[in-house]
Amino acid sequence: MSEPSPILTVSHLSASIAGQQVVEDVTFEVPATGITAVLGRNGVGKTSTLRGILGLIHRRGEVTLAGERIDGLATHRIVQRGVGYVPEDREVFAGLTVAENLSLAERDKSPRREFVAELFPDLVKRRGQLAGTLSGGQQQMVSVARALLNENRILLVDEPTKGLAPKIVGEVAAALAEASRVVPILLVEQNLDVVRRLAAGAIVIANGRVVHTGDARTILDDEALTTRLLGVSAEVHQ
Amino acid sequence: MSSIVLILLTGIGLGALYFLVASGLSLIYGLMHVLNFAHGAFLTLSAFIGWQVALSLGTASWGSFLVSLLVGAVVGAIFATLTELILIRPLYERHIEQVLVTVGLSFAAVALFEGIWGTDAVNVAGPAWLKGTTDVLGARIPNTYWVLMIAAALVLGGLVLFLKKTRYGMIIRAGVENRAMVTALGIDVRKSFTLVFAIGGAAAGIGGVLAMHYTTFVSAHLGSTLLIFAFIVTVIGGLGSLTGAAVASVLVAVLQQFANVYLSGTGDFIVVALLAVVLLVRPSGLMGRKA
Amino acid sequence: MTVTTGVPTLIRGRAGSVAPFAVGGALVILMAILPLLNISIPGILPGATYTPGSLALLSLCMVFAALALSYNLLLGTAGMLSFGHALYFGAGAYGLGLALQYLGVPLWPGVLIALVGGLAIALFTGAVAMRVTGIPFAMVTLAFAQAGSVLVRRNQQVTGGEEGLRLPVEHVPDWLVGVVNTRSLYWFTLAVVVIVYLVVLWVDRSQLGHLAQATRENEQRVQVLGLRPYTAKLIVFVVAALCASLAGIAYMLLQSGTQPSSVGADLTITVLVMVVLGGVGFRWGAIVGGVLYTILDQRLTVLARAEWIHTLPDVLRIPLSEPLFLLGVLFILVVMFLPGGIAGTMDSWVRRRRGERTRSQLRQLEDAANANAGEVAEVRT
Repeated sequence: MSEPSPILTVSHLSASIAGQQVVEDVTFEVPATGITAVLGRNGVGKTSTLRGILGLIHRRGEVTLAGERIDGLATHRIVQRGVGYVPEDREVFAGLTVAENLSLAERDKSPRREFVAELFPDLVKRRGQLAGTLSGGQQQMVSVARALLNENRILLVDEPTKGLAPKIVGEVAAALAEASRVVPILLVEQNLDVVRRLAAGAIVIANGRVVHTGDARTILDDEALTTRLLGVSAEVHQ
Repeated sequence: MSSIVLILLTGIGLGALYFLVASGLSLIYGLMHVLNFAHGAFLTLSAFIGWQVALSLGTASWGSFLVSLLVGAVVGAIFATLTELILIRPLYERHIEQVLVTVGLSFAAVALFEGIWGTDAVNVAGPAWLKGTTDVLGARIPNTYWVLMIAAALVLGGLVLFLKKTRYGMIIRAGVENRAMVTALGIDVRKSFTLVFAIGGAAAGIGGVLAMHYTTFVSAHLGSTLLIFAFIVTVIGGLGSLTGAAVASVLVAVLQQFANVYLSGTGDFIVVALLAVVLLVRPSGLMGRKA
Repeated sequence: MTVTTGVPTLIRGRAGSVAPFAVGGALVILMAILPLLNISIPGILPGATYTPGSLALLSLCMVFAALALSYNLLLGTAGMLSFGHALYFGAGAYGLGLALQYLGVPLWPGVLIALVGGLAIALFTGAVAMRVTGIPFAMVTLAFAQAGSVLVRRNQQVTGGEEGLRLPVEHVPDWLVGVVNTRSLYWFTLAVVVIVYLVVLWVDRSQLGHLAQATRENEQRVQVLGLRPYTAKLIVFVVAALCASLAGIAYMLLQSGTQPSSVGADLTITVLVMVVLGGVGFRWGAIVGGVLYTILDQRLTVLARAEWIHTLPDVLRIPLSEPLFLLGVLFILVVMFLPGGIAGTMDSWVRRRRGERTRSQLRQLEDAANANAGEVAEVRT
């Protein structure tokens, strides 16, 4: 196969929070282009997998980014190697303005401010506004914009559409699609419509382990599979 | 009327002293979730060394007073930085053990100070003006209070400027809110930890030198007595909130003075009661985040 | 999940077996007959074991061992970090003195009154403090202890102010008074430490203790199970306070007086040092910590007056002549490198030889604190 090598390889990752095992044994690869979705029911360990890759929680196993082992590094060093993170629940700094939130995230010598400004014109208007006063959708934009400012090798995106109105969901999805043209994305998402629209490949997790990988559409079209592993019919709109 | 003015102004002055000590505590706890018991030791050491410096330069001059203040700030900053690097950093994320280590440090430091400078209090004096009073609306305010207020205002102003206008200040503000996310942006928070300790130490150092002039003596236990009040103020104001610490400092000190004058010296008691009440009604403090 | 219950793992035997108790019982008997023996331990005891000086030192060790045991119940079993535990110790000491002085009652009713007083204070302060947890809880307990200290210092007429309260010996039976009767005091404190140990053991082993331990590990889970962690913790708090009061009573009798320093935060920190040194979560660790600290404090103070110390250069002389400095440094070293303390380190060593996984009690407390704080946030995918 003449595919380019995967940007991220995770091998036998296990993670625990305060002594509780949350990820058992997860192994997968993320291709160097496009969006790869991570699917699974609530509580199977999808968010913990992302946080484990970043070293935000206690974990064991091998994580390789563009051929380089990163599992021994501290979180800030992993991120400096080119990992952008859009966490679940946005986690913008409420006491800082939009401009400060973005400026904090800038790592590169020349961050991609125009790119971000084009994608999120609303944020430019609200530069001086405290991030805590933004709507959920606007905060999500800040969170995504943060990850796009730098030239990252991969983005880890966790449930970006959670709790957002359908129109905003569409905007976020569009922004991610645009972003995926320049950087591969590992996307945890419960909204299967969004997955269907954006994702090329998919990884299904159950009980802290990877139980299925493959083409996203194929998986979503397989009703028996989705019902069994995701507990929901792929046809139902979230 | 004049007694009200007296209570208010001396309360604000005393609150200024509390703020100088509490500001560092609040930032350190807010960013690092460490309750720094050794803060009192920073204060005491700065006072002692500041006093030695003032002695050698001649205590009556304003020049030596200012120099001793500067020395106090530097000594506090250095002591705090060393503490962070040697004792706190190795225990990263182990908050209970970090607290215990600061307890041990304060334990050992006070004993060491007693060994070096003796157990008796040493009388200090500064520029002659400090012994005088100023008349305000019929109340005679001892001049040490003005110095305290000016110093605290300057420190508060400096801290606010630092937090709002510098990148490190921004990192600290963000880190107080959500430390994990700051690291997830690729920033090494540990440098901010050391910085916050240093700043807190410097403020405590200034507080120490001024406290010594306020009480007119310095002893190995100078820091410990003030530290309890600083803790109370920090918790009432909200752990991690600088403005909360400022507001609480004044509130607590004014109430304390009020109780001392009108309720026959029960100032200390009232402060403790206030702490209990605040914690029962609003555990995160007046301006703290809902932790 | 290794939950250390303090059962001595050094002595092989399943929980509930006789072996640990046989050893414990033998130790108590040995301690009881010590005043009748002529054993000398130079460097540790000022004289042979039957001399009043040594008996007084050993009695003091036992008083603090009892206090450390009570604090370990609070910190190790229930996971509550309190900076105000000394308040109840002082309440016992002052309570006895005040009862004898102002109520004119004989000894045993005085003891009872002091205990009841300690109970009342503990119930009140505990109920108020437990409205919050974690650091705020520690701060409230600190504030209460400081308030008590201030109260005692200010009331010259009643409590003797800075000088402290003398034990009104007129009301104390002859056999407990005077150097000649140090032996009786020794047996009294031995009885106290045995009683406290049995109480602590009983709480640990009981359902109450298990509930408190489970709460320490994961408060949310206990609540979800419909159990009431608050009540369990409050009862443990009050029991611990009562034991501290009992130790305070023994202290008052032993020293024939008490001072304000027995009430404030400083003493609580001293007890914290004892418990951490000995090993958090281990009953015998608390005893070892209490005894070790007391002996070290006494002996280092004597060492500080030694001739050869004065010939050293200042850089060495000053630190060495301050026992609290040395103890503080020791404490720091233990926290940084041996967080399990003496008992914890030995226990880990034995368990690791048996192939079990170990995690010091302090680390478990950290985990629990982190878990309890982040529980809401951690309900994620």
